Parts: sequence; C-alpha cells; structure tokens
Amino acid sequence: MTAKLTGLLRRDLALAYRQKAELMQPLIFFLIVISLFPLGVGPGPQTLQKIGPGVIWVAVLLSSLLGMERLFRDDFNDGWLEQMMLSGLPLSLVVLIKVAAHWLTCILPLLLVSPLLALFLNLTPPMYQALLLSLLLGTPLLSLVGATGVALTLGLQRGGVLLSLLLLPLLVPLLIFATSAVDAAALQLSYNGQLAIIGALFLLALALTPLATAHALRVSQN
Amino acid sequence: MWKWLHPYAKTEQAYRLCSTLLPWFAVASLLCLIPGLIWGLAYAPADYQQGDSFRIIYLHVPSAILSMGAYSAMAVAAFIGLVWQIRSADMAVAAIAPVGAVMTFIALFTGAAWGKPMWGTWWVWDARLTSELILLFLYLGVIALYQSFEDKQQGSKAAGIMALVGVVNLPIIHYSVEWWNTLHQGATITKFGKPSIAPDMLWPLLLCLAGLAFVVGALSLYRLQTEMLRRELHRPWVQKLAGGNSDAV
Repeated sequence: MTAKLTGLLRRDLALAYRQKAELMQPLIFFLIVISLFPLGVGPGPQTLQKIGPGVIWVAVLLSSLLGMERLFRDDFNDGWLEQMMLSGLPLSLVVLIKVAAHWLTCILPLLLVSPLLALFLNLTPPMYQALLLSLLLGTPLLSLVGATGVALTLGLQRGGVLLSLLLLPLLVPLLIFATSAVDAAALQLSYNGQLAIIGALFLLALALTPLATAHALRVSQN
Repeated sequence: MWKWLHPYAKTEQAYRLCSTLLPWFAVASLLCLIPGLIWGLAYAPADYQQGDSFRIIYLHVPSAILSMGAYSAMAVAAFIGLVWQIRSADMAVAAIAPVGAVMTFIALFTGAAWGKPMWGTWWVWDARLTSELILLFLYLGVIALYQSFEDKQQGSKAAGIMALVGVVNLPIIHYSVEWWNTLHQGATITKFGKPSIAPDMLWPLLLCLAGLAFVVGALSLYRLQTEMLRRELHRPWVQKLAGGNSDAV
C-alpha cells in the first residue's frame, strides 16, 4: 500500500510540475496583494511594520484559497476520484496524499518568497523568523481545512466564491494566533505559546479533516 | 431503547409529529413571550447603573443563547443524518439554519443598539461580538452551501458536513477570539449557583428565553414541514395530504 501511496504522490507532483503557469498565478496574486498595501496605507516603515504580519497572513489565506480548487477539481471531472473510491485504498489516506502534494506545490512557493515580503513590509529579523515558523505550522492546517471545503463544493458548477465563504470563518483562529506570534516577536517576547496552539490545531486537523474530506467527496460523487 | 425513534426516519411520520407539536410550541411561545416581555419591559426594576436601556437584555440575551442553541441543534441533526442516514434529519439541518441565522442577527443588532448608549459605540471588536459575528458567517456558509445545490438531498448532506465542521471549530474560534480581545461584560445567567442579576430581573429574562426558544422550535418545525412537502412533492402521502388523487402523477 505504501508503494501505491507514494506512486500517487509522485503522480500529483508530476501533474503539478507540468502545469507551471497555473501554479504561478496564486503566487503572483500573493505578491501583488502585498505590494498594494504600501500603496494603499502609505509607505511609512513604522506603519508597514505594524500591519505587516496581518497583511501577509490575510494574503496567504486569500491566495491559497484561490489555488485550492485545483486540489480535486480535475480529478473529479475526469473520473479519477471515482476510480480511487473503487480502488480499495482508504479514501482518507488518498486525501492526505493529495493535500501533501498540494502543499508542496502550491503553498511552499509562498513560503519561499516570504523573505522578499519581509523586506517589502519592513519586518525585523525576529519578526520574520516568527512569521516563517507560523507559516510552516499554519499553512498545512490551511491546506487540510481547505481540502474539506473543496470536497464539499465539488458538485457545484461554480464553487469558487462559495469556497472562501465557507472556509474563511473557519480559519479565524489560525489568523489570530499566527499574527499574534509575529506581534510578540516584534516586542521581543516569547511566542512559543502561539506556535504550540497552531501546532495543536494542525494535529487536530490532521486527525479529523481527512475523514470529513473523504465523506464530503463521497457526497459530492453521489 | 431507541426503537420508538425509528418510525420518524420516515418523512410521513415525521411530518405528522411536526403537525402535532407545532400548535403546542406556538401556544407555549405566546404564553411565555407575552408576559415575559411585558414584565421585563414595563415592570422589572431599572438597572441602578444602566437605567432603562438595560431592558434590551430581554431580547439580547435570549437571542444570543438561542443562536448558539440552534447551531447545536443543527449539528445534532447533521450528526444523526450523517451516522444513521436519516433523511428527515438532513432536512432538519436545512430547516434550522435560517432560523438560527436570524437569531444571531437579532443578537448582533440588539447588541449594537445596547452598545451605543453603554459603550458609546455601535460596534467594538470585542471577543463575544466577534465570535457571534463569525457564528453568523458560519450560518451563512451552511445556508449558501445548501442553496447552491440543485439536488437538495445532496445539498443538505453537504450542509450537514459543513455544520459539523463548524461545530468542532466553534469552541476554538470562541476561545481564540476571547484571548485576542475582551471588553464585554461577563455572562449574567450562566452562573447558576448565584446569578449576578436580581430575581426581579431574572424571572422575566428566563420567561423570554423560554418563549423565544419555543419560537425557534415552532419556526423550525414549520420550515421542516415545508421542506418535507417540497422535497417529496411526488410521493403519494403528500398527494393525499393535498387532497389530490394519488394516481394522478
């Protein structure tokens, strides 16, 4: 079974690698949203540093939701998912593999460009460090919860806006703890507590969301 | 032990149960709400600090409690629908959601109207206000998801999953927001040992709470009936109920 699952992972990575343009779009959206803020609120370094963590996290949420649909959409449309349901592999494990592949291909690039954002928004090195850690722990959570939302809206013709409507309220705790970790780092305080809570949320999501997603997929497949 | 419940999985039986319960709920809500509101708004003593403007509590607190109560009811129905695949439970999810959303809206609206004289502002980003707002968003998400499906049976299943995901998240949202910021006064009537409210004010409040709970129940039952009729329009029992000929369709 492990061989089958790694095969799935390799397939998803290869598919993503061959659709580079589609992968780039959320990333570019992310950069553009971030650079709109200095234009909107003024380029004062103090202001930017103050709003920076929140802006980056909101931009991460929005741009990752933008690309989230690819997670299941194509596989649903061409019947691959139906075959997976018939294959005898546990569907929740398949979901987990797909989420992992999605995180590696869609979310990781956001983390890789994040040093640039730290420059744009005038974050100090400790702030950047906290930001990176919160992104590392928080974005897998984002992908896991996002997968449930995508699975629920699969049966619909246009699920895009509805997806954000469903998911953003659920992601409020992540936003709160992640930005508060960076704020604590700005004040030279310890932010282990916030990171621990995000980690706990991630583990909870890791345990529960694959099951919910698998069930939602079955409902969508009808 | 649960055998008496099984017949209600059949929508026809559930519909009959709703018809029997509905008048009782309606009467009980009038019996509680009318005296409760008159007592609360006209006869209960004014607050020593907030004067007469505290009287909005008789709408605000019950609607806030019921906004959460309705969500729990919806989640329980979703759970039953998910585990035992009972269709009428799935329909109940769709029936309760808008009622709960309206309760949440009433709680937010009366809260804003109360906040203006007390805190000097319509809205503050306080923990309880924010989590109530997010609760409203969760309700809207469930309703929007249900509405987007052509196939209502699939739609109510999806809405049920969403309601369950939301109910796991609600405590997390609540505590995260509380930790984030808090200004709201503490809960008034949850401290059952020794409520921090005078009995003269507590009784009308409890009456209003019970009355509004019956209103929520009655509205949900009524919506559930409508839902069953609309979804099973072509089933013989609906045809018979409508007085039509069951062979016609």
